[in-house]
Amino acid sequence: MNATTAMEVNAEARRILAVSISKLYASRSQRGGLRLHRSLLLSMVMRSARDIYHSSREIEGPSGAQPTPEPMETSSSPGEQTVPEPQPEFQTSEEPESGDEGCDGDITEDKENMSPTKQSRKRRGKAAAAPDFLPSKRARLEPGEERYAAPSCRAGESLSALSLNLNRAISAF
Amino acid sequence: MAGPGGDMQWCFSQVKGAIDDDVAEADIISTVEFNHTGELLATGDKGGRVVIFQQEIENKNLPQFRSEYNVYSTFQSHEPEFDYLKSLEIEEKINKIRWLPQKNAAQFLLSTNDKTIKLWKISERDKRPEGYNLKEEDGRYKDPNSITSLRVPVLIPMDLMVEASPRRVFANAHTYHINSISVNSDEETYLSADDLRINLWNLEITDRSFNIVDIKPANMEELTEVITAAEFHPHQCNTFVYSSSKGTIRLCDMRASALCDKQSKLFEEPEDPSNRSFFSEIISSISDVKFSHNGRYMMTRDYLSVKIWDLNMENRPVETYQVHEYLRSKLCSLYENDCIFDKFECCWNGNDSVVMTGSYNNFFRMFDRGQRRDVTLEASRENSKPMQVLKPRKVCAGGKRKKDEISVDSLDFNKKILHTAWHPQDNIIAVATTNNLYIFQDKVN
Repeated sequence: MNATTAMEVNAEARRILAVSISKLYASRSQRGGLRLHRSLLLSMVMRSARDIYHSSREIEGPSGAQPTPEPMETSSSPGEQTVPEPQPEFQTSEEPESGDEGCDGDITEDKENMSPTKQSRKRRGKAAAAPDFLPSKRARLEPGEERYAAPSCRAGESLSALSLNLNRAISAF
Repeated sequence: MAGPGGDMQWCFSQVKGAIDDDVAEADIISTVEFNHTGELLATGDKGGRVVIFQQEIENKNLPQFRSEYNVYSTFQSHEPEFDYLKSLEIEEKINKIRWLPQKNAAQFLLSTNDKTIKLWKISERDKRPEGYNLKEEDGRYKDPNSITSLRVPVLIPMDLMVEASPRRVFANAHTYHINSISVNSDEETYLSADDLRINLWNLEITDRSFNIVDIKPANMEELTEVITAAEFHPHQCNTFVYSSSKGTIRLCDMRASALCDKQSKLFEEPEDPSNRSFFSEIISSISDVKFSHNGRYMMTRDYLSVKIWDLNMENRPVETYQVHEYLRSKLCSLYENDCIFDKFECCWNGNDSVVMTGSYNNFFRMFDRGQRRDVTLEASRENSKPMQVLKPRKVCAGGKRKKDEISVDSLDFNKKILHTAWHPQDNIIAVATTNNLYIFQDKVN
């Protein structure tokens, strides 16, 4: 897979992740409660997308051209354990605000990532586009869980954190 | 399916439900089921109501016979509930209806929502007693001193009244959402299945059930598949099957052990690696499983296809029919608009020669197993003139669109046919669009 295709695949994977996260979040407010089957399928898609994203990033190599993942603002993630925890960054945190236009996320991402090295680890301030339908309270930690040190968070680690949280989404039952 | 000298043709017979396009959510049909004789047709909706239609059979022997189904009984089966412990609302939507074989004058059916199964008795009353000694006709008690003679009350005819009463409520046995119920051929027991467990009930006993399948892992983080449908074998009361979200079907024998976690047979087709995509897992999830009437085959429905399995062959289906293969390249959009999660059902005709399932744009598909022919038909108000013959439809997957074909991009994905039913003996089918029930029958040559 050459770098261009890898980038396309990468973008596709990110887009699918964005859509999946917003679906997972939306299913929380569904009548009848969380549907186990649907949540399981969503988490499987997210896992595939994450794996593809991860492997396509390795292929791209350290070219610096690809967007660097940023830590998601804690305040933009729901406090309950049924949704992936904040650490797994992904500009995808921006996606839910446009709801159906998750696929247009690339435009938002590029703006942020013009200077990937600068301030990329800092949490964005509240003024910067926290989708207003997400609750503003901080995420609660579960007992026994350690908060991942955000500055040292690399893409690979955050992806494994995402996988842990995907499973946690199911174990909420 | 081929009549004497040619193809079968389907004609419009009736349509039930509101005409306007503004669909009330409570009216969305969620299940359709004929009873064992086909005389009664039950539908359940999102509002928790059950409507039963009865076939008019007086003129059945006339050559121009049109079977008309008219409303027989309507009742509220389930109400919305609230689980205070989990702070969850329990939807009243009827997930499944299953009829019991008739044993006496009354009819019985099981209806279920996400958490509770109810046994309903539907009985007719066409006489009423008159001439009580101690009561007036309006029910007021008479002054005993005014009674000077004794008479025997008589039963006089009255307008037919159909009463539905809940005879059993089977509650609190499922932690997850119930997706299936199935009455056993022994007519004494039935099973109910949720995402992770299957319970066996006795129709007479409501305060306990046996758990016969439990696939919940000790650590929920290791969960990889859920139960999507379950059904008893039509003749062997010890055998049932359940399908999974991974595209497998397990056949279990209740004689083998009390807990049927180890299947007797595992039906699985290896995945075609060329079709692998992000969404492979979702589209391989089985949404429905149905035994054939003769008990030798079973049919499964996944997102894009219908498969027929021989119970004696576990490694692959004997027949595979593509329902709407043109959607394979659209899976990403279908994921975004949630259509990829739609759960289509499927059904057999009376002699197991034809199978039917629904699709989008109010299309439904029939596959003739013997003739190796398939047809796409449409349930729409435009084709609803009495006895109007349905014209076969065709979807153009790409390239030049012929006249009368419809292109994939023009399909209306909000118009989906998830529930269909076939009369157990005759060629009469019931097809549910979002809020309408269409009844079609074969053209009498």
